[in-house]
Amino acid sequence: MPSLIHARGLIKRFGDFTAVDGIDVDVRRGEAFGFLGPNGAGKSSTMRMIGCVSPPTGGVLEILGLDPVRDGPRIRAKLGVCPQLDNLDIELTVRENLTTYARFFGIPRKVARRRADELLDFVQLAERAGSKVEPLSGGMKRRLTIARALVNEPEIVLLDEPTTGLDPQARHLVWERLFRLKQQGVTLVLTTHYMDEAEQLCDRLVVMDGGRIVATGSPRELITRYSTREVVELRFNAESQQPYADKLDGVGERVEVLPDRVLLYVHDGDEATAEVHRRSLSPASVLVRRSSLEDVFLHLTGRTLVD
Amino acid sequence: MLAVLEYHLVNYRRTWRGSALSSLVLPLLTMLGFGIGVGAYVPGGVDGVPYLDWIVPGLIASTAVQTAIGEATWPVLSSFEWLKVYFAQAAAPLRVRDILGGHLAYMVFRVLISAAAFLAIAAAFGTLHSWWSPLALPVAMLVGLAVAGPTAAYAATITSDSYLVILLRFAILPMSLFSGVFFPVESLPVVLRWIAYALPLWHGVDLSRAAMLGLDPGGLGLVHALYLIAWCAAGCLLAHIRYRRRLVI
Amino acid sequence: MVTFVLPRLVSFEGMGRRSASVTERNLATLRSAYWIVMVSGFLEPVLYLFSIGIGVGGLVGDIALPGGEVVGYAEFVAPAMLAASAMTGALSETTFNFFGKMKFMRLYEGILATPVRPIEIALGELAWAMVRGVLYSAAFLVIMVLLDLTTWPRALAMFPATILVGFAFGGLGMAVSTLIRSWQDFDLIAAGQFALFLFSGTFVPLTAYPEALRWLVEITPLYRSVHLIRGLSTGTTGWAQLIDVAYLLILLAAGLAVAGRRMTRLLCK
Repeated sequence: MPSLIHARGLIKRFGDFTAVDGIDVDVRRGEAFGFLGPNGAGKSSTMRMIGCVSPPTGGVLEILGLDPVRDGPRIRAKLGVCPQLDNLDIELTVRENLTTYARFFGIPRKVARRRADELLDFVQLAERAGSKVEPLSGGMKRRLTIARALVNEPEIVLLDEPTTGLDPQARHLVWERLFRLKQQGVTLVLTTHYMDEAEQLCDRLVVMDGGRIVATGSPRELITRYSTREVVELRFNAESQQPYADKLDGVGERVEVLPDRVLLYVHDGDEATAEVHRRSLSPASVLVRRSSLEDVFLHLTGRTLVD
Repeated sequence: MLAVLEYHLVNYRRTWRGSALSSLVLPLLTMLGFGIGVGAYVPGGVDGVPYLDWIVPGLIASTAVQTAIGEATWPVLSSFEWLKVYFAQAAAPLRVRDILGGHLAYMVFRVLISAAAFLAIAAAFGTLHSWWSPLALPVAMLVGLAVAGPTAAYAATITSDSYLVILLRFAILPMSLFSGVFFPVESLPVVLRWIAYALPLWHGVDLSRAAMLGLDPGGLGLVHALYLIAWCAAGCLLAHIRYRRRLVI
Repeated sequence: MVTFVLPRLVSFEGMGRRSASVTERNLATLRSAYWIVMVSGFLEPVLYLFSIGIGVGGLVGDIALPGGEVVGYAEFVAPAMLAASAMTGALSETTFNFFGKMKFMRLYEGILATPVRPIEIALGELAWAMVRGVLYSAAFLVIMVLLDLTTWPRALAMFPATILVGFAFGGLGMAVSTLIRSWQDFDLIAAGQFALFLFSGTFVPLTAYPEALRWLVEITPLYRSVHLIRGLSTGTTGWAQLIDVAYLLILLAAGLAVAGRRMTRLLCK
């Protein structure tokens, strides 16, 4: 199956600064594909290149089999873009935001109006159709932006940090809508620095750091490959956690020391906890949990994602 | 009130260059382009005074109005609607009259600066006819406050700046063009003349002209001054009411 | 359909429709208050005409044109007010509003995610400015004829000329606004615009200026516009007006070219 987005050695430079440093990506039809990484990893630059608003500095990039530099308008006609910061039209109403946007795609007015109403239902904003954009909550604005990205029935939807800045309840509502889209067969490409978001939504993802891809796979694959089944988080009441970590040498496969806690990568968390107590260490708190993408990232880069 | 004035003055330190441009260069250009240019085609001058000398006092009063309006429109609206500076001030132990008074005092200060600069330039061009000319400065402050008060009240009432554009187009621009700055109001049709009499600018223009041309305004001078003071008082009172409605909830 | 064999970057296919969709967006924003603002835009030159043309005209008397014809002061000033208002209208829409939409509302970022290209946004915004400008000019021309400051046939000839003036300044304004760094720069633009307004042969014939200033004024866009429209209005048209037309066309083309390229650079980093 040919890939919808195909990149080989893709590079983006701004002056001396290299934002994207030779990445290879293939996004297949119908999947939800994620770019995971901390701020400044090069995710947004990559998204802008895919959105055909930022010409690549080097390498190969094909979207829907077309060249983004030459065929920008043709490609964008089939993309839906939900930017990191909402850029809704504050001079228009909620519904007009969708109908005028549809006109930019050359969609006939009648079709635009019908689609606007369907989409407002889909993102649960039908009651606010006549309202201005300004008074909407952050979650509502984001849902409206998502609806706007769907107005041209795109083949690929690009979502840059779709839930950054939203409260937990609003996030779940957005996730639920995106999950529905995925079920309808829409190809989703999203960036995120939230592990839970990536785990919830992505079939496949790449972990980016410093403009490069450091790992590729499904969330499960990545966790199996780069982490253990369980993690024990220990907190010691002390200035430095390092002396305690030294005493934990040999417990589990790996020990990571963070400023405020020690992580033990183990197969069986309870057994490891017992071993900690056997070594007569008494941490202030103990938490046994399953490995997450956070641990994958920590292992690959030696840093945490959200700092 | 002084604390609020100080706040505005501190802000002014950052932005004075831009405002100096509009409140100084623009009147200067008007004086050169219009006063001298058109003046050459007004052979006998007006009332025996060269056209340039005749319009300069009016331009000073008109500049006072422009400066006051500039500060009483968008900045006031923004202090309520966008930057919400007033609400921040209201959260401090300041009364509504301090917030309003401080801002109005700042507006009058700005009027004084631009009128003084204009007067200095006018003196350099040799258009002053009288030692009474410096009196044009208090006149400018008076006419500035006379329009600043009601305008601030208006700006405190609306929520969209489209209404400010409407004010400028339907009130301020006609007032500036038909209040005897460029030609005597006596040549206006009667109805328009009385509208000019009712608005504050003409009174300021007439006083300013009397001071700078060394004419004796007589009893009319007192009428002008009292009428402008009435505008100031009514405007400030109105603004206070509108401000309180917005700030004290 | 005819396919243009042109450099691949310049594809005209769908350009008109996409530009029109940007204009359409502006139509959708028209609301009560903004309507009044829009309609009232035409009031400004009319007020100037009454104040300066008729009020000051009472002091000035008649003016001799370069060709020797003598006209009343209002007749002399009215075409200049028309040209100046075409300039002001085009510039306010393409500088202040354009910059606000680009930087402050980040409107164009959203539009660029669609098939619409930067040059098409520029054209759509320009078309919008022109729709307004055309309405204002038409209203002003009617007033000129009613005040007996020109004749109907001449007014008809001036109409396309004012549209050209509007387009030229629209192109210029758009190019300038891509160079603006912050709101403070608008003070500079306003001052420049006001200087043009005062010194473009608007209120007095060019012969009233000192020699050096005169040559400077000759090459300003507003003077060329005033010259063109005044020639048509007073029925003193000659070959010189063709130079005005060529000048304005070049200004328009150059403005659009700069604007399109600069917008691509600013928005498609």
